[in-house]
Amino acid sequence: MTIEEIGKQIAAEFELFDDWMDKYNYLIELGKGLPLIDEQKKKPENLIVGCQSKVWISAEYIDGTVLYHADSDAIITKGLVSLLLRAVNGHTPDEIMHADLSFLDNTGLKEHLSPTRSNGLVAMVKQVKFYAMAFKTRESN
Amino acid sequence: MKTTFDVERIRSHFPILNQKVRDHQLVYFDNGATSQHPLAVTDAVSDYYNRYNSNVHRGVHHLSQVATQAMEDTRRRVARFINATHPHEVIFTRGTTEAINLVAFSFGQTFLKPGDEIILTALEHHSNIVPWQMACQRTGAILKVIPVNPAGEIDPGDVLKLIGPRTRLVTLAHVSNALGTINPVKEITRMAHQHNIPVLVDGAQAVPHLRVDMQEIGCDFYAFSGHKMYAPMGIGVLYGREEWLNRLEPWQGGGEMIETVTFEKTTYNQLPYKFEAGTPDVAGIIGMGAAIAYLADIGFDEAIRYEEQLLHYATQTIGSIEGVTLVGTAREKTGVLSFLIDNVHPYDAGTIIDHFGIAVRTGHHCAQPLMDHLKIPGTIRASFSFYNTMEEVDRLVEAIMKVKEMFG
Repeated sequence: MTIEEIGKQIAAEFELFDDWMDKYNYLIELGKGLPLIDEQKKKPENLIVGCQSKVWISAEYIDGTVLYHADSDAIITKGLVSLLLRAVNGHTPDEIMHADLSFLDNTGLKEHLSPTRSNGLVAMVKQVKFYAMAFKTRESN
Repeated sequence: MKTTFDVERIRSHFPILNQKVRDHQLVYFDNGATSQHPLAVTDAVSDYYNRYNSNVHRGVHHLSQVATQAMEDTRRRVARFINATHPHEVIFTRGTTEAINLVAFSFGQTFLKPGDEIILTALEHHSNIVPWQMACQRTGAILKVIPVNPAGEIDPGDVLKLIGPRTRLVTLAHVSNALGTINPVKEITRMAHQHNIPVLVDGAQAVPHLRVDMQEIGCDFYAFSGHKMYAPMGIGVLYGREEWLNRLEPWQGGGEMIETVTFEKTTYNQLPYKFEAGTPDVAGIIGMGAAIAYLADIGFDEAIRYEEQLLHYATQTIGSIEGVTLVGTAREKTGVLSFLIDNVHPYDAGTIIDHFGIAVRTGHHCAQPLMDHLKIPGTIRASFSFYNTMEEVDRLVEAIMKVKEMFG
């Protein structure tokens, strides 16, 4: 599936909930289920700096595709980042760099997308794309 | 004769409170960040713009005189409100932050040399840390930090331990924005004065909740903001004792702060204008005057007593929820209840609480050194005003129970 298709699937899952609380309960479940990243990967260069919660994102380049790992000290943030990783993991740097990740707009979690919200998804999306760009650059060298 | 505090009547003065947020009646518990405005304040501001907007201290024309009069009336009103000796000890600034920056810059320029020391507390808001760090970078002075105990209190004895031959100034919050602790500013000022060291007090969180009296505290500088005491954003006050203000150089140059200007030399205006370069925020100043009049009108002392009851009730009810830990349990507190819910990040809790239409602040509250000191990522902070009610506290209790259920 393409990143956009996975995104649509995620948005469809969230449409099933009509209550905000159910959405958050699902997000909390996802957050709890996100595999933790190694403590040694929680280093400052993997930290997305913000004022509300800490988010670490690391990435590996395996056989032409990117595998991201993420963690946060806040569960809702972990849930959100897990949605993002589900969409992008296993795709090529090119696909990730050009992906439309606006599917998160349709999950009803839009307030987390606000650029003024610290540690919002915007910063995470930027970091994910940044890694993809770095791998792409390395590949072409 | 007012005998009881009629909170419903008070609430009717604040139209913003009467609205739904996310299908719930708004509960506004973020007064420590900014308070709301009574109609008396917004009316005064619009009246200024609609009837007598004009530049001050300049025109001989009628409107300019009316505006100037209103501005200077407010200066006198502020001076009476904080019991300053002279109205010219009241300098209008953009807020607490600018007031502290003014002193850090001007005082630093004249009085700080390499190796000199500034004493502050571990409780400070960033706005009473960073301006001093900048002054230290410019002058080679260093900061000395008074520690806090686990309850969030400072021990005046520690101030004495830190005072030395190189101490040039002591600066501290009157009330901690993150924890609500009321610091013993009077006692600390006395100690510092015994060594001829001036004291600056950051009163941003104190002025809305306490009667502050410059003569009683005895401090040399006192900074506060309008927007936390029902006045508009963008206006604040630096109180400075006359002898200190006279010893400081101006920090911004421009119109109004001068006496004569030639290309060879400029002489400065007298107090307070020496520190008020440029066109002031006249509307904000008039709004601040209206806010002080409003507080007098509703009975500020009664409002303070009511807020004490509210904080007591919130401390009892929220503090007794299983799995809630209060952060900051000082004996003397006002305005603020900071807490954590076991195993729930403040950000997670704040996100859910917001969905119940309740505005609280989560995070480090611009006091990162304090959070590091307490080894916590931040807190959930409910900060109160006299327009809040016990029922609203109950709403927060319900929301906390829901958070516990969702994250448990």
